Amino acid sequence: MKRVNVIQAKTLLKIIAVLVPLLFTMNGLAYASPEQPSKALKSNVSAPAVPAVSAPATEAAQGAEVAEGEEKAGDVIMHHILDKNVLAFEPFGEISLPKIPPIAGIDISITKHVVMLWVVSALLLIVFSVVSGKYKNMSATQAPKGLANAMEALVEFIRLDVAKSNIGHGYEKHLPYLLTVFFFILFCNLLGLIPYGATATGNVNVTLTLSVFTFFVTQIAAFKAHGVKGYLQHLTAGTHWSLWIIMVPIEIIGQFTKPFALTVRLFANMTAGHIIILSLIFISFILKSYVVAVAVSVPFAIFIYLLELFVAFLQAFVFTMLSALFIGLATAHEGHDEPAAGVAHH
Amino acid sequence: MEGLGLAYLGAGLGAGLAVIGAGLGIGNIAASAAEGTARQPEATSDIRTTMIIAAALIEGVALFGEVICVLLALK
Repeated sequence: MKRVNVIQAKTLLKIIAVLVPLLFTMNGLAYASPEQPSKALKSNVSAPAVPAVSAPATEAAQGAEVAEGEEKAGDVIMHHILDKNVLAFEPFGEISLPKIPPIAGIDISITKHVVMLWVVSALLLIVFSVVSGKYKNMSATQAPKGLANAMEALVEFIRLDVAKSNIGHGYEKHLPYLLTVFFFILFCNLLGLIPYGATATGNVNVTLTLSVFTFFVTQIAAFKAHGVKGYLQHLTAGTHWSLWIIMVPIEIIGQFTKPFALTVRLFANMTAGHIIILSLIFISFILKSYVVAVAVSVPFAIFIYLLELFVAFLQAFVFTMLSALFIGLATAHEGHDEPAAGVAHH
Repeated sequence: MEGLGLAYLGAGLGAGLAVIGAGLGIGNIAASAAEGTARQPEATSDIRTTMIIAAALIEGVALFGEVICVLLALK
């Protein structure tokens, strides 16, 4: 556990180093803007009949963001949260992603979050091939250093505290899935916290896919552990046959609420953090005050940002932990040797 | 317009109520976990694991409520 803390502190430092320039950019935005809104406000006063939406696009891009206050803040926040077809690199321009015509009514064009998923996959491939390469050149008595050490700490944590203590006997089979899902979610979460990144796990489609994987892994593990007969017996929850008409539907619904809860938990946690950060920043735009920007927006945004950093690790851990728990529940034998397995490694 | 206003009001109130419930629940868990750890320091890591699982489940229920509120507010 101590090693994990050290690594988090290191990652934290690195990410703060990336964060500070970003906050300066935002500060610059806050100081640059108050001259423009006065212009935009005047134009609004002189021609009140003209709705702001019909204003020229160039002016809307510069001044209207601040002038329209709350509704506009909501738009910008949603714009940031939702998936879109553009990779924006704000001061330097943007890359439009290709649109693919829908196949069988399903839109499969490449979006910001899809690109982020690819980036995460590439990062995972690079990080873990580098780490595994290091182990090949090492003798058995040497301890790993640097990145390999960091990854070993996390892998060991997932192996012992998550997989072994929740699944118990035969956890090795499910370890690859749990490790993959943990690091994938972790990298997705952390990528959303760096400038120009987007949180792929803040998209409900991504989290739904991940929990559908967990659903199938759980169901297949249950079938393998109990066979068809045992699986059907599990659905009756061991009650008297007269209660089956109530118990069977409840158990079947229970199988589907677990992945649904996983989906919504990860999605809502990752989205909520971003909305809070952006709302705090927009308080200073809405109130048009430097004092609020310095005293409220920036410190609270940094605080929430650091909290988000913790939440990124926590939610990756919680998703993995609950996946392991569901697999453990599905494969548990009637004797219930889980407590013993849970204590064994301490 | 009045209906829309009521929807916003409902969303705001609902968000607050969901947070009250989740806060009470997670607070209770944390209190019990602290007590348990104080009584039995050697079981700290087991207690922590159980606490996180229970907190995550409660948080999940609260988040269902929040998602419904967000849907109401965005309608």
